[in-house]
Amino acid sequence: FIPKMQCRQLLRCISRSPATSSSSCFGVARRQVHQPGGFDTSFGFEEVEPGQKQDRVNQVFNPVSNSYDVMNDLMSAGLHRCWKRRFVASANPRPGWRVVDVAGGTGDIALGLLEWSRKLPGRAPPPVRVAPGDGSVDSFREAAERQTAAAEAEAPASCTVSVVDPSPSMMQVGSAKASAKGSTFASSIQWLEGRAESLPLDEASSDLYTIAFGMRNCTDLPGVLREAHRVLKPYGRFACLEFCSVENPLLSILYDEYSFRVIPPMGLLVAGDWDSYEYLVESIRRFPHQTLFANMMREAGFSAVNYEVLWPGVCCIHSGYKLPSV
Amino acid sequence: MTSSNASSQEPGDTLAIDDDFDPDLLPLGDIRRYPNHRPLDCGQRAFLAVGSGVACLAAPWRDDMISAFGETTGEWALRRLRDDMLANEEGRRILAERPRIRTVEGGGSIDLEALRRLPEGSLGRAYADFLDRYGYSPDHRRTVCFVDDPELAYVMQRYREIHDLNHVLLGQGTDFLGEVVVKWFEAFQTGLPMCVTGAFLGSLRLRPKQTRRYLQEGGYLAYALRTGSDADLTINYYFERNWHQPLAEVRQQLRIEEPPNLK
Repeated sequence: FIPKMQCRQLLRCISRSPATSSSSCFGVARRQVHQPGGFDTSFGFEEVEPGQKQDRVNQVFNPVSNSYDVMNDLMSAGLHRCWKRRFVASANPRPGWRVVDVAGGTGDIALGLLEWSRKLPGRAPPPVRVAPGDGSVDSFREAAERQTAAAEAEAPASCTVSVVDPSPSMMQVGSAKASAKGSTFASSIQWLEGRAESLPLDEASSDLYTIAFGMRNCTDLPGVLREAHRVLKPYGRFACLEFCSVENPLLSILYDEYSFRVIPPMGLLVAGDWDSYEYLVESIRRFPHQTLFANMMREAGFSAVNYEVLWPGVCCIHSGYKLPSV
Repeated sequence: MTSSNASSQEPGDTLAIDDDFDPDLLPLGDIRRYPNHRPLDCGQRAFLAVGSGVACLAAPWRDDMISAFGETTGEWALRRLRDDMLANEEGRRILAERPRIRTVEGGGSIDLEALRRLPEGSLGRAYADFLDRYGYSPDHRRTVCFVDDPELAYVMQRYREIHDLNHVLLGQGTDFLGEVVVKWFEAFQTGLPMCVTGAFLGSLRLRPKQTRRYLQEGGYLAYALRTGSDADLTINYYFERNWHQPLAEVRQQLRIEEPPNLK
């Protein structure tokens, strides 16, 4: 049962003009693209040069940005909200933390992180220093209250999020959502255009690095992990929510049939784009197994690497910590 | 429906003749039989047929939905149309040679400049004028992707490409009334469900003045029904070889009446 607001959004998406078919061209040729001196990287099931992949990813995401959220709801039957909520809870950003959210164009995770951190109590105010006065209990209590209020006014209300995304149109959708929620949200989010392999951020500047459903679009996974390691502060946490290999054989069959049979036509009807959603389901299949990805994280320097598979078993959260170098 | 949405057509995007193209094996075991082919199974076909039908009504400017609806529902009509083409000599030649109505840049054989220089009253000149008046190009047509048989896919593609030429032969513009008239004509000629539903549902959305011209004695509806049932199949006409022919003679040859002038 789809609630009324989602129905309206869905009809609005169907009525929009279809995506300009700069994105439909790559459905045509499934050839090996070999160039001397370059290695191939996977783009769905089509092999492309690494340099080309980012352009192709942009071609996928720029046209679908408007209907992206509606399609997410349809494809996962609303489950993606539960997964993202669980992801934010396990990332657990505290107020005052600086978070970097990569490939978070439409702002779901950034807004979720802000809301989560706002609901947490702030850091404890510093101990009260009272000037020698008349020594009475009341004057002490007043001074304590004044100082606590002042300290709490200074304590940050929430974390700050820097969203890094290569697609400006996705970020436009996200910043519109943030402004709709209010200026406190909009002012705590910074929207930066950039790629996960080279983040426009300083070394050791973030307490938390999150990436939700964006890792499979990255060309160079070890490079992304190294970059994540670079921008995290010591004891900073890395969290990645991504589709994983399905262990349960029955679920795997149903999942494959659903992904390859239902999702591309649904993408054509709602977003006007069959190829982008076919690319999406193929890129999920090409992503390394969860244990392999955990090993890649260890090689990049993360410690206490763990992954948690979320119900019903199609996606999981990988997490790791950056320990200070000895 | 004519479209003004540009769809990217790479060279090599055309429906190839069988010996040129190696069928591709896709994940999940489907076989792609021509470039741009998207094989569908029963469930997907039903889903897309219903979904695109709804989308056509909700958003009639979405030409990709109109194309999808036509392709997913047209199997039976295309088979009948292909058999009619085979029964006709020129139709058989078209099926063998598979000419495409695309500009030279788009991989076809139409030289718009040459057509514009043809004498007034010729078929090619009328076609070029039509394209110029509305800013269309023959390359704007989407390539067929949901029809499984490559020959039937070509028939569908041919039907789509001569839609503008049907406009020229019937002397109709691309306003709603003109589109409905051409759709009725095509519904009779091809029997495609997309044409039948488009003609019928489209006529429900005409404005009052258009409806009067449509329904009156000797009006457009009567013209469309008469011409549709009497005329020869335009899909069997080899347009590419006859640009120089005077339009009136072409109409006579195809048994298409002159359109009524009700302005």
